[in-house]
Amino acid sequence: MESNDSERPGGPIPSAIKILVAGGFGAGKTTLVGAVSEIAPLSTEEVMTEASVGVDDLAGVEQKETTTVALDFGRITISDQLVLYLFGTPGQQRFWFMWEELAQGALGAVVLADTRRLDTCFPAVDFFERQGVPFVVAVNCFDGAYRYTEQEVTEALTLDERVPVLLCDARSRASAKEVLESLVRHVATALAAPV
Amino acid sequence: MAEHREPGYDAEGADPLVRPYVITQGREHSDAVRLDMISVVIAARADVDEMALEPEQLRILDLCRRPQSVAEVSAHLDMPVAVVKVLLGDLISRGYVLARAPYTQQSPVNREILQAVLDGIQRL
Ligand SMILES: Nc1nc2c(ncn2[C@@H]2O[C@H](COP(=O)(O)OP(=O)(O)OP(=O)(O)O)[C@@H](O)[C@H]2O)c(=O)[nH]1
Ligand SMILES: [Mg+2]
Repeated sequence: MESNDSERPGGPIPSAIKILVAGGFGAGKTTLVGAVSEIAPLSTEEVMTEASVGVDDLAGVEQKETTTVALDFGRITISDQLVLYLFGTPGQQRFWFMWEELAQGALGAVVLADTRRLDTCFPAVDFFERQGVPFVVAVNCFDGAYRYTEQEVTEALTLDERVPVLLCDARSRASAKEVLESLVRHVATALAAPV
Repeated sequence: MAEHREPGYDAEGADPLVRPYVITQGREHSDAVRLDMISVVIAARADVDEMALEPEQLRILDLCRRPQSVAEVSAHLDMPVAVVKVLLGDLISRGYVLARAPYTQQSPVNREILQAVLDGIQRL
């Protein structure tokens, strides 16, 4: 039985909380995680359940399939009681947004939009909207690409006006911090006024 | 705890990539411990009966002298999360490891925690 009991000789066991970083292939997810993490991003494999409708199944009953997913993540120690993990979702997988387990319990998410192909973050936006996970959109400004304004991104992604949109540089710690701070503030707002 | 190798470990001829799956055989369905990818685990005891544990479990105990998430243990040992969960589950049920559940929707985040997270990010 996993205990919620934090008491042990030698001090409390910290509890963890996670933030997801999603977006299309090569949008800069791992770069953003690495920019703020206190450790070099680590990589792990988890088995996820994918809900899918069987071909032979005329009744449309859901079948579950499992897929092994590679995730990379970083860590920010908040205090001796609290650790924050940032998980980058796998960009090469087309159907990652079906894995509800990934979103379960997440504090919130950062959707990284790639200015060279804005449409690649549509699935991430849809996913977090459906799962009710608060998110912000960070527009990773690649050199030479068209520079969108925040308002243009809000319109292109048909976002709720309350969803924060920020222009960022995923390589910069200052910029990545700003993105995370904006997410936490947004979560606090959502907490005060549930949608 | 020193790096420990059980006698015969390497002589068993098992592919090191395959072995972690082998050693969890028959225990996949143990649901005594429900661990999350970000459950935090820590070694609970100094007295370890090395002969009673799998080499991989001893490596886990070694790592867990500092609090770690299941995902970190998995990454450091280069083993899938699912396998690490089974090995850890066994260690927990035998009293070698303590685990703490993450914040989830069942334990909602309150303002105090959000403020702590915000302060932590700003300190970076
Ligand atoms: N110019 C520029 N390059 C960037 C920026 N962010 C990331 N890159 C580069 O873009 C490439 C892809 O970045 P990653 O962080 O690996 O992207 P990812 O989203 O993790 O990619 P996948 O996991 O493969 O989907 C790398 O070569 C980065 O150095 C940015 O803000 N500006
Ligand atoms: Mg990546």
